Formats: sequence, structure tokens, C-alpha cells
Amino acid sequence: MCSNASYELRCRECGKIWGNVSRSFCEDCFSPLEVAYDYASLKKIVSREKLVGRAFNMWRYSELLPLPEDFGVPNAVGGTPLVASHKLACKWGLKNLYFKNDAVCFPSLSFKDRVVATALAAARRFNFTTVGCSSTGNLANAVAAQAAQQGFDACVFIPADLEPAKVLNTAVYGARIVRINGNYDRVNRLCAQVADRFQWGLVNVNLRPYYSEGSKTHGYEIAEQLGWTLPDNIVVPMAGGSLITKIAKAFRELVTLGWVEPKPVKFFGAQATGCSPISDAVKRNLARFEPQKPNTIARSLAIGNPADGPFAVNQIRDSGGWAEDVSDPEIVAAIKLLAETEGIFTETAGGVTTGVTQKLIAQGRIQPQETTVVSITGNGLKTTDAIVSEFPATEAIAPRLEAFEAYLDARLGTTAASAKA
Amino acid sequence: MPVTIEIPTAFRRFTDGAPKLDCSAATIAEALDELTSRFPDLGRHVRDDQGQIRQFLNVYLNEEDIRFLGGESCSLKEGDRLLLVPSIAGGSEL
Repeated sequence: MCSNASYELRCRECGKIWGNVSRSFCEDCFSPLEVAYDYASLKKIVSREKLVGRAFNMWRYSELLPLPEDFGVPNAVGGTPLVASHKLACKWGLKNLYFKNDAVCFPSLSFKDRVVATALAAARRFNFTTVGCSSTGNLANAVAAQAAQQGFDACVFIPADLEPAKVLNTAVYGARIVRINGNYDRVNRLCAQVADRFQWGLVNVNLRPYYSEGSKTHGYEIAEQLGWTLPDNIVVPMAGGSLITKIAKAFRELVTLGWVEPKPVKFFGAQATGCSPISDAVKRNLARFEPQKPNTIARSLAIGNPADGPFAVNQIRDSGGWAEDVSDPEIVAAIKLLAETEGIFTETAGGVTTGVTQKLIAQGRIQPQETTVVSITGNGLKTTDAIVSEFPATEAIAPRLEAFEAYLDARLGTTAASAKA
Repeated sequence: MPVTIEIPTAFRRFTDGAPKLDCSAATIAEALDELTSRFPDLGRHVRDDQGQIRQFLNVYLNEEDIRFLGGESCSLKEGDRLLLVPSIAGGSEL
């Protein structure tokens, strides 16, 4: 597989070039570092035509990712379906509605597999033997799974009250799990100190510039699956705020490379009302977001002090988009709605994006003829506790036909005879 | 010396390698002022041109982000720990 050696870290504030190092911020001005590419060189070595024949997973875009020259593909991450909606589109009155379904992303069933894939490529480049992360769950799953396959030791830090399924889905891979008394923001602060003290590759701390580049593949795939066009609207869940900015970067790169026609895309950010610092900043037109104490069932989005929040706010504003948030009951209703209409079982974050999309349509911010993509980033099997009370266990019946007929009589309010073929 | 300011590794270029500073400030603002007057090169990294704490620098008093404590005007008491942590953002700019 091809890789791209023409990239390096650049400070996005002062512009200083740092080469390729395991560092997330500029040591001169303490602003974030960003992977910068030589697009003129990239144009010469890769094209849409060169992708033909490559497997449909995130590595088909390897030249556009920060991968070392000797990189060998370890696993088939990404390549998830873009589902054309029929029933929900009809219900909402839309003509061109799609769900980008990373609930089935390989190997751990969330979009975090993409970012971990590029982060571990960097970890190997920098000779780390232990990798880790601060996580609200999905990232820990992805780190644990891919570290196990690739032979890294894994140590992940999580809030102590995380959903049991997400803890189990990390533990099963043999990762060391450190439960922290406190919310994600406190876990994240500790990890910043751990990265400062230990020679570990913490994927969303000292490897963060490389890690976040993996998110771009969610955007590349959407454009390719739309026939190398960009959508009019995209609705993206926001936790730390990185994904929405990286999808935007992906779209800009495709325009720069001449792979898609330039087109204005409105970026819509989705949060849970119980943790909505970014949507709050957009809706109140704040110069800086105000951190919040999260209180929501959407724990994968429960970051009250989003590191990329300022960039997410700018991206949304500059695109002419908007941000919205939904309550916990609205999240549960949206999870059920997506499952019942499209056959997609998403976790709470997907309930947030689906619920917010419904709100944006009602507000007239998304128009019927426009092409709209909704990002579904995680699998419902991980957060069953959030909806289990919606589905109480039903009474068992005897294995006899007359018992079933009586059951139908009782449940359907009709006679069993009328239900017979 | 009632208050300790803990300085992350990345900042120590500007503090002659000192990992912490003990000071006697009554508020967080005073403590940061004492830090930046003691190590002037650190000043522009702590505050922006408007004098606000820089957007990508988080300041914690003991376990809490100071934005939940009323910000810089929050009073300090003996034994308090102030922690400076650069925000970890990926950013995106083409």
C-alpha cells in the first residue's frame, strides 16, 4: 500500500514547523499542532483513478493520511455503508437523506476505529510499546482491540461510571483499564499529566494530531459514496469537537486535489442538551464556549470542556450551518425511530444526531431537495442500558397454538380467527 | 507560602526548569501575575493580547477547572494547588 511521506506537524497559530513528533501542541506558543501536507506533491502521486481496485476501507486513501513510508495495512478499518434513507426520508419530507453508518465500523463498531488506526501507525513510528487514551468508551474499545492485534500494551483511562458494556468491550481485549473517579474532563486532565510523565503513546493526547487525521476518512468515504460529490448538509455529533472539523478538512482536501467540484457544505453540530457547550456557544453567539458539567445518557458525547470546541464553533459558523441539542427522552425516541425506520441500531450519540436532524428540519434549516448526510458514529449494542426500560420483558406463553391465539386476542384486541391466513 | 503553582514540562523552558512555584497570592489572578512576573517569558503564553487566559490553556484549582469557580477572581487558601494544562486540541486548517 502506498503511503505519504510529505507531511509534518505545523502550529496552526504561529505556523512553526515541528517535523513529525509525538506532541499535540506547539512548545513556542502552546497552540494546537496540525498535520500539514504538500498537496502539490500529492496531486502528482495519487488520483481518483488510482483508487480503483483498492479495497473499500479507509486505507484506500492512504496517501492523504499521515502514515510512515514503511506502513503496512494491519486491518480493514472503515469502508462503512452510506445508507440511502427511504422511510425516514419520506416521514421527514426529504428527497435525499443518507446515514453514514459507522455503527458497523471494523473492528470495534464505532468511528473511533478510524482515528486509532492512524494513531497506532504513528505510535509504531515513534517506537512506543504502550498505547492508551482517555475515553468515554468507544475510543477505549478501539484502542484495546487494535492494540491487541498489533502487539501493543494498552492502558486506557475511563470515567468510573461508564456504561458496563463499554467497559466489558475494552476488558475483553486484555487492556489495562484505569477507572477514574470523575467525569471525562477530569480523566482527560490526568492523561495530559500522564503523557507529560510517561513515555507512552496516548492516542488522543500526545499522538492527537495523527489520531484526528483518521476522522477524515469518514468524509472521504461520504464523498466517494455520493459519486465524488459533496452533500449540501452534514449533521455530525460533537463531543470534543474534532470530527466535524476533520470532515470539513477532508472535503476541502478533495476540492484542493480536484477530486470533487467545489461546493458550499453546511455543517450542523449535534449535542445532547445535558452536555452542550458547543451548541450553546453557536446558539448564543458566544466568543468562547462555556464549559459544562455533563449530565446526559449520551456519555460518549459527555465532554464538558471540548478541546476542539473553538474550531467546531468556527467551522459551523463559517459554513452557514447551525448547532442544536436534544434532551435525553428525545435521544431515546430518536434511537427507536432510526431502528424502526432504517434498521440501524445506534448508540446514544446516533440518537443525538438523528434527533437533532429532525429538529433542524422542523426549523427549516435543512431543505427537502438538499442532499443531507447524518453521521452515525457508534453501535446501539454498546448502550443498551440507555433504552432497556423502553422494552420491558413480555410474558411467556405455553408452546401451544391455542395459547398463541389467546395471546393474539389479548395483544391485538382482535380475534385470533381474523389473524389467520 | 500558601499556594503552589504546578508547571507542566512544556512550560519549563520559560521557568529555568522549575516544576513549581510557591507563592502567597490571595486570588488566582494574583497567583498568575506572580508566576509571569517571576518568569516574564511565560507571560505571553498564559495571557492573550486582551489579558485573558489563553484559549488553549486550562487552569485548575485543586481538582476543579477555574471556570466553574468564578474564574480568576476566585480566592485562594493555604495549601491550594494551581495546575496549568495546555488544552489538547487537534484543530483543522487547510
